[in-house]
Amino acid sequence: MLGRTHLQGIAERVLAEASADQTEVMIAANDSHLTRFATNTIHQNVSETDVSIRVRSVIGHKVGVASGNDPSDSALKELVERAETVARFQQENPEIASLPEPKPIEEVEAYVEATAGSTPIERAKGAKEILDRSEKRGAEAAGAFSTEAQEMMIANSRGVMAYHRGTVAEVMAVVMGKTGSGYAAEASIDVRRLNPAKVGEVAVDKAVRSADPTDIEPGEYTVILEEEAVADMVFFLGWLGMGALSVQEGRSFMTGKIGQKVTGDKITIWDDGLDPRGIPLPFDFEGVPKQKVVLIENGIAKGVVYDTFTANREGKSSTGHSLPAPNTMGPIPINLFMAPGQATKEEMLAATERGIWVTRFHYTNPVHPMKTILTGMTRDGTFLIENGKITRPLKNLRFTQSILEAFENADMLGSELKMVKSDWGSMATCAPAARIHGFTFTGTTEF
Amino acid sequence: MREYTDRALNVAQVAGASYADIRIVRRTTQEITVKNGVVQALSFDTNFGFGVRVIADGAWGFASSNRLEKEEIDRVAKLAVTIAKASAVAKKEDVDLGPPEVHSDTYRTPVEIDPFEVSLEEKIDHLLAADKEARSVEGIMVARGSMAFQREEKTFASTEGSYIEQDLIETGIGLTVNAVGKGEMQQRSYPNSFGRHQGTSGYEFVEEWDVPGNARRIAEEAVALLSAPQCPSKVTTIILDGPQLGLQIHESCGHPIELDRVFGTEAAYAGTSFLTPEKYRNFRYGSEIVNIVSDAITPGGLGTYGYDDEGVPAQRTDIVRGGMFVGYLTSRETASRLRKIHPDAPERSNGAMRADGWNRIPIIRMNNVSLMPGEWTLDDLIADTDDGIYMITNKSWSIDDRRLNFQFGTELAYEIKGGKLGRMLKNATYTGITPRFWAGCDAICNEDHWHVWGTPNCGKGQPGQVAHTGHGAAPARFRDVQVGMMK
Repeated sequence: MLGRTHLQGIAERVLAEASADQTEVMIAANDSHLTRFATNTIHQNVSETDVSIRVRSVIGHKVGVASGNDPSDSALKELVERAETVARFQQENPEIASLPEPKPIEEVEAYVEATAGSTPIERAKGAKEILDRSEKRGAEAAGAFSTEAQEMMIANSRGVMAYHRGTVAEVMAVVMGKTGSGYAAEASIDVRRLNPAKVGEVAVDKAVRSADPTDIEPGEYTVILEEEAVADMVFFLGWLGMGALSVQEGRSFMTGKIGQKVTGDKITIWDDGLDPRGIPLPFDFEGVPKQKVVLIENGIAKGVVYDTFTANREGKSSTGHSLPAPNTMGPIPINLFMAPGQATKEEMLAATERGIWVTRFHYTNPVHPMKTILTGMTRDGTFLIENGKITRPLKNLRFTQSILEAFENADMLGSELKMVKSDWGSMATCAPAARIHGFTFTGTTEF
Repeated sequence: MREYTDRALNVAQVAGASYADIRIVRRTTQEITVKNGVVQALSFDTNFGFGVRVIADGAWGFASSNRLEKEEIDRVAKLAVTIAKASAVAKKEDVDLGPPEVHSDTYRTPVEIDPFEVSLEEKIDHLLAADKEARSVEGIMVARGSMAFQREEKTFASTEGSYIEQDLIETGIGLTVNAVGKGEMQQRSYPNSFGRHQGTSGYEFVEEWDVPGNARRIAEEAVALLSAPQCPSKVTTIILDGPQLGLQIHESCGHPIELDRVFGTEAAYAGTSFLTPEKYRNFRYGSEIVNIVSDAITPGGLGTYGYDDEGVPAQRTDIVRGGMFVGYLTSRETASRLRKIHPDAPERSNGAMRADGWNRIPIIRMNNVSLMPGEWTLDDLIADTDDGIYMITNKSWSIDDRRLNFQFGTELAYEIKGGKLGRMLKNATYTGITPRFWAGCDAICNEDHWHVWGTPNCGKGQPGQVAHTGHGAAPARFRDVQVGMMK
């Protein structure tokens, strides 16, 4: 890790070189390690050290961005010159507002030395806990054990100087038997909280129980979705329509719906970059402190997240949800939470006469963003529920289903939140399991 | 660079590596986005670093850094060996790379106009012209045009004696427009979706595609879609246009022929493949007119290069011949493993290992995986279709983790009735099971309609990597397909 003083030094050198009306610098340093295994052996084992520097120059109502990963004096000087040259080539955009002014930022503890200092041999041993359990049952395990330490500094010529450091660790496994597979994963900022042996046991157990899956006709079913599947849907809601730009451009399901009921009474979703149950980040990529924003409360659309640009359009303040510049997607909530309910998954199961248990989804993508319709497949543990019990494994199914309609029909939510790390970047969604009626499966596959 | 590559390889060998390679990569990108008449984003990025890949104690290790300095090279090379030795804790057998690959060469993407030499004013003016045309159509809420240019300068060296320098250049352009009605948003893109169409080419690519000249047409189509009827739900005949068929090939053929997936090494993330080794040269993938090749040599394709990131020369391989499955995309290690199962399989890799920059390990990626052209003109194909739907430009995609059950949506569709295009349809979707779908392919348009479509957003691997791939396709017809999956 480079440390606050070192990153502040880079930021100050950039700002000292700048001649634009306003200048912003974002520095992201990372030290990442990932041990990957498949077919019960470690086959990829990688390490990366990098620092990226991004300069945003504002000249009048023009903006230019240049980025690189060389922190030398000459490279920083070139970066600033390039960003300013780019800005000068722009046309005036009257909507370009001033860079944000400094605001107090609440520090949040998200850095764990044990995670940052994790060694290749420790990760290999963790992986082996899973591989041994898999091999013992005649199955094949694939997965990854990753640890990462990150630092972020955002500074601008108006006085913003925001620094944060954090860690994240994840262990995940897909265990494959001859005819079935199982999945389990855990993520935390503290690698010591991960239990690879337990991840292995859960994934192996599911793989064994998934053996010899049988067909079922597509149609509408009551489903019990485990946390990963619910988190997938919540993530897409955030991406498709909970940012101000998507509303301003009329492509969000929230457009014209603020204050109205958009989904079920039991559904409350918010974004909170300070909550340590997720992967905390106390400010956004403009250095604006993150506010907790309630997006849907008891089924009613309450608000969306803003960055400086979209807030300025509506005469509001940024909620601290900018993405790195240049950004054409607008602000996005990346620390999403869905409120838990009171049921355990066992209680949901016992209360279900007939339905389908879904471990997680695979390759979900939007079909109709405004109607929040997604399609995707079930994966790694799909089971038939009859009379309150899991009776047999099922071949995987394709769903084509509106998220908001599904949540409208959610009558039981899990009492525990699970942090589900995104496949890309240090984003996480914390979600409970859910029982949902009338969930639409539109196809089947051969396994 | 020799000084650095020699040092890394020596340090790795002294630390215990039986094999090592180093890639030094400088990637320069320029991206311009014009949205609703203003330049929304204009950025330059330069990213530089090196990665050292080693085999020690019979297992893989990889480490990388952004600082190409002597001490850092030493640290990274030693770390790669330490990591490899940790990997050996859970190895089953030693890595076998097959016969050595020794090449000294240089390769540069042939370009007429270096895109980095074209002025920003000219590029911005081009996008603004397209933007203005699109927004002159009433009902367009957002017009977003973009250009992307990339130069990747790569040096590869290995302990086997290879030293290869490459200079790969890409150019991309695209326009997407959104029309918004009550509870409905419709999108049209040109030349392709995913923001843009891209190829290994110079700035001449931008001029070739004439985005300003097509802006009004797609804008009018987007507005018309708002009031178009919904695609019906039924089993029917479909004709896919080139861009949609390109993605169909990508998902249902390109991914399942990646031999690392087949051997299970991508199971944790992207999944495995239904094209398991016993099907090699022994499985009917599609109808007799289906011929699919992978190649890294077609000029202009987004998956065109001189050498892969293991230093294996670019080449062309039959994947499906006369409907039969006959080939995989391979690496040195997987080619060697396949040969142990099928002794008649090629001895050497067909050069499909690529890494997303200096900080990622190479994995098997598609180059240009293409459906070879047939004999039809599009007009004749439509005239020959009594009842069906013509689907144009991808909008959504999903496929299961063995690449069997897929579902796609397209931006635009038309009914075909009595051999003629009829009503426009919105929200068109279709679904199927890969080999059954390709078995229903009964007509493919000719080479006049064939083009290599660029897919600049292919994700795979942990940590995630994005690859740029190409897919040659001409419109083709498929029988008995379930369409209309959306309520």
